[in-house]
Formats: sequence, structure tokens, C-alpha cells
Amino acid sequence: MKKLINDPDRVLADALRGIELAHPDLRVDHANRIIYRATPKDHGTVALVSGGGSGHEPLHGGFVGFGMLDAACAGEVFTSPTPDQMQEATKTVDRGAGVLHIVKNYTGDVMNFEMAAELAAMEASVEVRTVVVNDDVAVQDSLYTAGRRGVGLTVLLEKLVGAAAEQGRDLDELVALAEKVNAEGRSMGMALTSCTVPAAGKPTFDLPEDQMEIGIGIHGEPGRHRVPLASAKEIAEMLVEPILGDLSFGDAPTIVMLNGMGGTPLIELYLMYGEVAGILERHGVTVARSLVGNYITSLDMAGCSVTVLRADDELVSLWDAPVETSGLRWGR
Amino acid sequence: MSTTDTLTMPAFTAWLAAFRDRVTEQRSYLTELDSAIGDADHGANMARGMAAVMEKVEAAAPPTADELFKTVGMTLVTSVGGASGPLYGTFFLRFGMAAGAVTECDAAALSTALRAGLDGVVARGKAEAGDKTMFDALAPALEAMDAAVASGASLAEATAAARDAAAAGRDATEPLVARKGRASYLGERSAGHLDPGATSAALLMEALAEVAAS
Repeated sequence: MKKLINDPDRVLADALRGIELAHPDLRVDHANRIIYRATPKDHGTVALVSGGGSGHEPLHGGFVGFGMLDAACAGEVFTSPTPDQMQEATKTVDRGAGVLHIVKNYTGDVMNFEMAAELAAMEASVEVRTVVVNDDVAVQDSLYTAGRRGVGLTVLLEKLVGAAAEQGRDLDELVALAEKVNAEGRSMGMALTSCTVPAAGKPTFDLPEDQMEIGIGIHGEPGRHRVPLASAKEIAEMLVEPILGDLSFGDAPTIVMLNGMGGTPLIELYLMYGEVAGILERHGVTVARSLVGNYITSLDMAGCSVTVLRADDELVSLWDAPVETSGLRWGR
Repeated sequence: MSTTDTLTMPAFTAWLAAFRDRVTEQRSYLTELDSAIGDADHGANMARGMAAVMEKVEAAAPPTADELFKTVGMTLVTSVGGASGPLYGTFFLRFGMAAGAVTECDAAALSTALRAGLDGVVARGKAEAGDKTMFDALAPALEAMDAAVASGASLAEATAAARDAAAAGRDATEPLVARKGRASYLGERSAGHLDPGATSAALLMEALAEVAAS
């Protein structure tokens, strides 16, 4: 394992120190592993809290700031944070109008956030509502599994709902918006290589040089199938086809993200975006906005994912609204 | 065989210590099972969680069952993370609430508390029989225990029946296709492996039977 670390067991603690030093507009609660805004939003506005295992940076800490999240809870690498962390984050950012928890659909994340909401209700301190993101079309038979995983759409949802929270919408309206975004977006990912969890010291799975894994999650989970390496054009089809097969986009404006898994250079991500955009055009799908880069990663995994959101004028305008986080920044 | 027919506060603590010893001894084995169908952290998580539990319990020495098991549950919830933290945490929290502010439990009260714990696990994890989870070890264990209690068995006999049923339930998870948790993403590939959660749950019942028999 070749990594820029001091000690495999201190990766998260050391990284949080760097995040705090790099971003004066963020604060870090090191004991509870919470990243939150240095300047809280106005009293009477709904706050957004997300969180999950680490190793997906910039998600979620990189999306804390104006126009997106108010706080992010960081768990160990690929391990959900605990309810006490989430509850502490919730109390830290509450501005009297309730807190929305944004949770990716993984068994551990869902249970821990559920317990955090119960603890908050027991203390009767903060009104908490939860939206669970589950956009991964790679998971078939979702009735017989833990359900579709939450992947790339989480980034878009945090941006869109964050913008709406900034406008002063109430908790009910934000829950409805978040559910709408979750219903209208789909993602599919692929890996060229596995990833190496620092504490494990070796790649999570073996992927031969001439093979790739289609339909992966973001923790080195297995994909839908393992197939021989193909051209970017063919890979783009393997990712876009299942998305188009799962949701009809009609003539709606879409927001499209071509996301890197952490170990793929930007030049390849742009190359892939070109292929994806070409396929969408051939299918008559209108791309209104696009985002290309590493936004929800899987440590050092090489590969990418595609997310397509069926938007409308409201969502496009929320997308364009100002945002000022370390991961996304425009319009302000 | 047991000479008394109740579990007292020291016995509850001994149960927890025996569970800690088992998950610590079998840490690598549990992690190995979890590597095959999960995310390779069950042994480490349970060993870390139960070590934290015993530290808290030994320092605080809660006087009654409800306080003891609340401490156990909250410690697991806040130190383990993942899915096993909330599941085992909920199990002990509900167990303590059902046991109440008492200092001892007879077999029937123990069975009621265990049932409340299992109900909590079901409420939290939404697992059903055959989903390849800890439910598949705990549910038959409690059925066996209830049957033993109903037929007038001693505490030691009832917990021994629970231990054996939990082990059988654990073994029966091997051919199952997982329908809950991260293993479910493997589909058919999850068959042919013991479920790590059912395996640690069987250790919990083993620890209980050991303490009840001593």
C-alpha cells in the first residue's frame, strides 16, 4: 500500500485537521467528527445535515457551506457515523426551524440516522425529518435486497435542496423537494480498479488488468457483472442504457453528472462525458446543466459514474443558485 | 446445572464479559465471515464495542438491570457504527427497558426481556426469518427458551436450549441468499457462507447459557 498517511488508524483524524486548516469558513468538531459552517445560517431557516463513511471526498464535508449543507458527520472509512455524532451535529446547526437529514441508502447509515432522529425526538429538542437517497440502478431485485444504494444523486440533491433551504423554505417543503429529486434521478457506476481501504492495506477485490466491473457501489461492493475492458464509447453505453431503461426523460431538461471514482484523471472524465452526452443526444435527452469531476469517490478506485436527473425549470434555477463550498462554488 | 433460578446483577455482568471474551477470541473468524459477504469489519467492530461496554460497565457499576443494559446499548450504539452498532445497541436497550429496575431475573423474565430485545432488532433492521441475519439465530433461540420455560425447565436448561437453537439457526444461514444488509447486493453469491451477525448472536446465547449454568 502506497498512501500519503502517517498511520492507517489516524487517517480520518489527520484529514479533518487538514480540512479545518485549509478552509477558514469551516469549523471541525474533532471529538464528534463534525464539519460545520463557521457562520451559521439565519435563525428560522431549516438546516441540512448529511454524513456517512469517509473515503468519498469531497462528499460530504466538501459540500458544507452556503447553498448546500450546514454540517456533515464523518464516519471511519466506509463505515457509517454513529447516532451521537449525528445528534450533536443536529443540535449544533439547528436554527429553530428543524433539521433535514440526508442519508444514503445503506443499512448502517439508515439505522444510525434513524436512531439519531429518535434521540432528538426523545429530547424533544429539534424537529428532524429524513430523506433517504436511493438512485443506483445497478441494484436489481430491490425488493430482495437492502434496496438501491445512494450514490451520485446525493451530490445533486444536496445542492438543490441546499439552495431551497437558503431561500427560507420550511421543513415540509424541503422534504417534498428532496423526495422529488430522489424520485427523478438515476445513477450507474463502473470500476477499472478496486480501491484500498487504509486500515485493510490491500485492494478490496481483485480486478485483472483486462477486466472491469460494471454497476459498482461506492464501497468496493461487487457490481452487476464483470466484463472485459472496453472502449470509452462502449462503457458509456453500459452506464447510460440502464439509466434510460429505468426512467423516461421525455423532453425534460436534465442535469447530468459525470463523476470520477477518485483514481481517474480529469482528461478521461471529460472524454467519458463527451461519449455520455453523445448517447443522451441520440436518445433525444436534453442536457440543461452538467457537472464533470470527482464529487463522490471511492478512495483511489479508478472508474466513473453517470447520474441523470429529470429536472424542470424550478430545479434548474435551484441548480444555478449561488453555492460556496469547497467542493462546488459558483454564482456568489 | 444451576443452583439458583435467577440471574443477578453480577451474573448479568458476567454474561456481558463472557460475550466480550467470545467476540474477542473469535474476532478474526467473524471478520473472515464478513469478508466473504460483507465489508470485513464485524469482528473488529464487535470486539471494540464489547471492550468499550465492559470498560463503561466496570467503571459505572449500574445498580439495576435497566440502567446496566441502557449503558450497554448506548455504548454499542456510540462506539460501533455500521449496522451492528444500532442492531446490538437496540437489542440491549430494549432488553433493559423490558427487564426494568430490578436486580435479578428468573427464566420467564429473562425470556420476556430477550423477546423485547429481538423485537427491537426486528423494528430496527426489518429482518424476517430466512433473510440471513442475526434474527435467524435469535428467533429460534427464543422459541426454544419459551418452550423450555413453559415446560418448567430451570434457567440453566432453558438457556442451554436457547444456545443450541441459536447454533442450529446460525448453521442454517449458510445456504441462504441474503436479503438484508450489504450481503444482499451479492444476490446468489451470498449463499454458501455463514452469516456473521447470526454467528455473533449465537455467541451471545452461548455466553448466556454458560453464565446460567455456573
